[in-house]
Amino acid sequence: MQRSVWLSAGLSITLLFWGFGSDQIRRAMASPQHRTRISREFPHPTDMSTIQSIAEEDEQHPDVALVERVRGGDVSAYDELVRKYERQIFRIAQHITQNREDAEDVMQDAFLKAYEKLDQFQGNAKFYTWLVRIAVNESLMRLRKRRTGKMVSIDEDLETEEGSVPRDLADWAPDPEQNYNQSELAEILRKTIQGLPQGFRVVFALRDVEGLSTEETAETLGLSVPAVKSRLLRARLQLRERLSRYFKKKTGQAVPQEAGLN
Amino acid sequence: MTCTEFIALLDDLIDNSVASSIRTEIETHMHECEHCEVVFNTTRKTIEIYRAHDIYELPNDLRERLHSAIMSRCKNGC
Repeated sequence: MQRSVWLSAGLSITLLFWGFGSDQIRRAMASPQHRTRISREFPHPTDMSTIQSIAEEDEQHPDVALVERVRGGDVSAYDELVRKYERQIFRIAQHITQNREDAEDVMQDAFLKAYEKLDQFQGNAKFYTWLVRIAVNESLMRLRKRRTGKMVSIDEDLETEEGSVPRDLADWAPDPEQNYNQSELAEILRKTIQGLPQGFRVVFALRDVEGLSTEETAETLGLSVPAVKSRLLRARLQLRERLSRYFKKKTGQAVPQEAGLN
Repeated sequence: MTCTEFIALLDDLIDNSVASSIRTEIETHMHECEHCEVVFNTTRKTIEIYRAHDIYELPNDLRERLHSAIMSRCKNGC
């Protein structure tokens, strides 16, 4: 028998370690998908005091109760679930389809499909991850329609080796995003991530932007954990390389060609 | 440790999941190699910028419209 524990304190320590501000931590803490989940087994089924102490530590994810209410016929509970995740689902659909109208359709279809299939949702899975899987599939189907039936998968366009070895080794300006206004920055970030191969972009979007764990990303996309890790590294390096054009120090000296990585 | 070996461990370092047995070696390399330190800092910054800026923001009026459409279809049995 397994129980899950949500570790919020550990997350804030990690975020603080990596230089996240308190506002960002609050945002991350407010989103359950940014929490780290671990599983463990009960040490011994007859040790009641241990079971009780673990049960007190355990915290049922609030989505489980909402799903139960929906199953019992309470549509307003589904309203809460939609409101909670609509922004994320829209963003994921945009990342995959790269088309605003498609993302709107995917968002609606994903929530409707999830509602229809709620009986198939296993209570031990995370509702958000389950919903993301539906949204990813809907997005890929939408792409397929747009490409007149051609198969679309998250494996395409992965042959490129671009960005696997960092080439631009110039340091960035401190707070480089301050050199652009909000709309310029958003345009740079969109253009940059849209240039990634689909299979890298979706891994980066789920893992780094939406905060799914490596395991959840793998499960959602039907990939192995090593495949997710490999794609994530290449996605991060390619994005870094491309953003360097905009963010590196303007007055910095060029790095001599022979002084690259060993 | 070479730079190539360092890059292979970059994600673990960013995600704070480096095995303790090689953490010192990695940190020593980064301390001595300016380029790897730049790659580490700028990759971490890349992730931070994408997390901090919602590039596909859902405007409130559109969100309300889509939300209402979803809920009305749910109430009517989809």
